[in-house]
Amino acid sequence: MTREEIIKTGDVVYRKPELLNDTPMHYCPGCPHGVVHKLVAEVIDEMGMRDKTIAVSPVGCSVFAYRYIDVDWEEAAHGRAPALASAIKRLWPDRLVFTYQGDGDLACIGTAETIHALNRSENITIIFINNAIYGMTGGQMAPTTLLGQKTVTCPYGREVALHGYPLKIADIAAILPGTCYVTRQTVDTVPAIRKAKAAIRKAFDYSMQGKGSNLVEIVSTCNSGWKLSPEKSFEWMRENMVPFYPLGDLKDTGKE
Amino acid sequence: MAEKEVSLIKGNEAIALAAIRCGCDGYFGYPITPQSEVLETLAAQKPWETTGMVVLQAESELASINMVYGGAGTGKRVMTSSSSPGISLMQEGMSYLAGAELPCVVFNCMRGGPGLGTIQPSQADYFQTCKGGGHGDYRLITLAPSSVQEMADFVDLAFELAFKYRNPAMILADGVIGQMMEKVVLPDFKPRRTEEQIIKECPWAATGRMGRKNPNVITSLELQSEVMEQNNLRIQEKYKKCEENEVRYEEYKCEDADYMIVAFGSAARIAKKTIALAREQGIKVGLLRPITLWPFPTKEIAKLAKNKKGILVLEFNAGQMIEDVRLAVECKLPVEHYGRLGGIVPDPDEVLDALKKMIK
Repeated sequence: MTREEIIKTGDVVYRKPELLNDTPMHYCPGCPHGVVHKLVAEVIDEMGMRDKTIAVSPVGCSVFAYRYIDVDWEEAAHGRAPALASAIKRLWPDRLVFTYQGDGDLACIGTAETIHALNRSENITIIFINNAIYGMTGGQMAPTTLLGQKTVTCPYGREVALHGYPLKIADIAAILPGTCYVTRQTVDTVPAIRKAKAAIRKAFDYSMQGKGSNLVEIVSTCNSGWKLSPEKSFEWMRENMVPFYPLGDLKDTGKE
Repeated sequence: MAEKEVSLIKGNEAIALAAIRCGCDGYFGYPITPQSEVLETLAAQKPWETTGMVVLQAESELASINMVYGGAGTGKRVMTSSSSPGISLMQEGMSYLAGAELPCVVFNCMRGGPGLGTIQPSQADYFQTCKGGGHGDYRLITLAPSSVQEMADFVDLAFELAFKYRNPAMILADGVIGQMMEKVVLPDFKPRRTEEQIIKECPWAATGRMGRKNPNVITSLELQSEVMEQNNLRIQEKYKKCEENEVRYEEYKCEDADYMIVAFGSAARIAKKTIALAREQGIKVGLLRPITLWPFPTKEIAKLAKNKKGILVLEFNAGQMIEDVRLAVECKLPVEHYGRLGGIVPDPDEVLDALKKMIK
């Protein structure tokens, strides 16, 4: 059967967003990056912004995000994406500008750029994938790694005396006067995916309305780094990550 | 023709005012002595109300060079400035800018190092600038002004060269030129390019697709070695063209000279005074002042050196450019160095003494 025969117009109940191209993704099977990429692509399309978007990709697992979503991209040095985005948005105020970053990139090496871009109230959105580990480099401890969690650089589990505490970037972002919308979502179930999409849409809308900076944290998994199956990873995430990184809006001053 | 207006301003102020006048779209900087007047002058001028130029004080030099990267990736004329320790922090960004082939202008008002060093003038960042301070095989197009007038003139020139070769361009001045006040005629106003012009002139830029069939991606990343080698070779080819076409230098009283001083920036001005003193005593000396430190005037120095008995390289450092002068003349004649360190600017008499010592 050909592709056309399989997909008859009347039968289509679900379609990949046009902006998401057919390049095979390099992500591990079961990784939530693909879902979040799809949501971002859908929102850009629904906003009619495909011609006016400039996105910034990080260093980390999503370093190649630019291969999959057909908008213009700049690939930043490790941690510096919010600095790039700040300049881009100021120079092109009518463009939709967002960064897509992981926790090592955003919450560790790029903490200064993140906090200052957010607090300068840059009209950008930061999509923050938090999987509590450095995925791309092979599963090292991240600033977000939970106490007790084992990684290759804390093989006996993260402990305060040796490694200090996990960092809640969204909580910090929420107390900054420059932020407009700070939310923590996940993509483990269909309802959660729908909520995450609505959050991304809201953040992008606020940035285009000039309401300030926006942070959408996606509590995520890393089945390769965590050495668990995709299914077990989501279970582990719900049991361990979500209690420490509770879901929901931390701040929304854009409503009024 | 109407007479041009002459201003009496500092070198750092000239950089700022020239930036506004040459259609600069954005400046991103962080305070550091002795160059803070650049950001201060821009803030006082409020160009966002006139030309629409963006001026932003960043949280660090790391952020400012990456803001420059972000802006440069969209085809805008963007720049930053700093002084030696801040420029060290920017080296990662410079490498990325060169790797992604992005045009921008960086102004370094050099102070003495290493480390926190001093806030007094120096030329000790020659190696860092001309031999690559960041990682990988790349070059910075480097202009070395020796007057406030050249500070004003080189901003536009640096942008032109940066866009011509899609590579960062550095204006490398010592603290003397940044802090010194001189008469200057500022360049004529040139409007900022429109969005349409940028999209047309920079088809590679991430401007948003705006109807373009394929997305533009700004990156220096390539995991396939074979492709990465080709990317490098393409960049090297570009550098070769730059070396062939962009060498700039000033030649002063070299024709009848037995000896030659090679010096850049304010060292070249001290050399001119030394030359006057030496000629009064019957010693025929000339000056070769490299204006582009990269590409370096290698051939020109070799040619001028042919009938000379010796070369004195005068620098405010422990001997950096001297290596390139020695390579240029292939050790066919004596090449000596004279320099002061730690922020001390030598006076013409001590340079004359050094010259006499070489002649003996």
